[in-house]
Amino acid sequence: MENNEVLDSRTDSANSLAITIRLDGFEGPLDLLLHLLKREEIDIWNIPIARITEQYLEYLQLMKDLNINVAGEWLVMAATLIHIKSRLLLPPDPVAAPAEEAQEDPRTELVYQLLEHQKFKNAAQMLYTREEVENAVWIRPPGEILDGEPDVIAVTLWDLLRAFHDIVKRFEADRAMELGGEEVSIEEKIVEVRRLLLVHDSLLFSSFFARSASKRHLIVTFLALLELVRLHEIWLYQERAFAEIQISKGKR
Amino acid sequence: MIMEVDELQPILEAIIYVADQPVKPDQLKEVLPNESFDKIELALTRLMNDFNSRPGGMIIREVAGGLRMTTRPEYHEHVRAYLKTKPSAKLSMASLETLAVIAYKQPVTLAEILAIRGKKSSTALSTLLEKKLVSIVGRKPVVGRPILYGTSREFLIHFGLKDLSELPTLEEFAEIAGERF
Repeated sequence: MENNEVLDSRTDSANSLAITIRLDGFEGPLDLLLHLLKREEIDIWNIPIARITEQYLEYLQLMKDLNINVAGEWLVMAATLIHIKSRLLLPPDPVAAPAEEAQEDPRTELVYQLLEHQKFKNAAQMLYTREEVENAVWIRPPGEILDGEPDVIAVTLWDLLRAFHDIVKRFEADRAMELGGEEVSIEEKIVEVRRLLLVHDSLLFSSFFARSASKRHLIVTFLALLELVRLHEIWLYQERAFAEIQISKGKR
Repeated sequence: MIMEVDELQPILEAIIYVADQPVKPDQLKEVLPNESFDKIELALTRLMNDFNSRPGGMIIREVAGGLRMTTRPEYHEHVRAYLKTKPSAKLSMASLETLAVIAYKQPVTLAEILAIRGKKSSTALSTLLEKKLVSIVGRKPVVGRPILYGTSREFLIHFGLKDLSELPTLEEFAEIAGERF
């Protein structure tokens, strides 16, 4: 009695918390039947339906007590079992033609369903074993170079001089007269470039010259970039031949 | 330049080694346009014989219509110890059962899977779709046009199968099922 009370109170609290355990995808009615048949060592071709139905319904009640969400298919199976049981209890129809004496056993369909289900359970077991084996083999890890960074072309000194020459030409064409502007040292410019590359992954080579106010400033900037290349702090590249030269951090 | 089978064999071995997917004969034919399919097939057969008859730690296996070089499963403990890895997450029994139904009954609808398993299978099915072991292969030309599911190439790779015909027949499982009772 005490045990029952404990169980009841637990069920109540589960109810009040609206906790339901869902068995979706785990075990189904067919699994339970197979389990019962195996446990009782029952011949599948001669299932004692009354006994099995009783046990099935006991489990169903147990699941309800434990607040396990009993899905529709469980009730359908219960109905099927009860139906088979009642048909077995009925005496053979005396009006039926005696020629049809070998009346079909009402259990047959269920038996085939169980056998079919067991086949797939065995097939699943086979897949499990295969997976086990496959988990025990390795292939060569993927190479690092296969799908690396986009192909880029490292820039030569001559490309750089050419690009700088163009910038100076453009500067001279744009400006009729040179403004005095502030004096900048190479060291200051290096600090400035480093600061810029802290926030940008890559920058266009030409962008460093865009705001230069004097030819001297252009040259200082150019020398600062060359110095950083020498120190391997930056590297210059093109995404393809004749594309704009870009600058990014790091060495290559 | 036409090559001898003996010259072809090590080239194929090298390609199979670097490949991250099973290498198919037509991919090899693409790389070796001057060689006939027959010769490539012959070189592959010889390669498999030679490679797999030596007592090495590697093996060339037929997987998903191609050839793949793997470690031999019997050395898994030592490899795993070196790699410091644990066995990867396996599929649940519910997923494996659903997968078995799909593998043997494909193309199959969710309703048909439910009828065979006698329980809902949508959670297992979405796991299988997510892992790309199963894919949508079409729609059944009946009312509602339900989606048809089938196994994928990834399925063959995951279970180390050459092709679907390598699976034992359902009748073989029926015998086992019959014996159990």
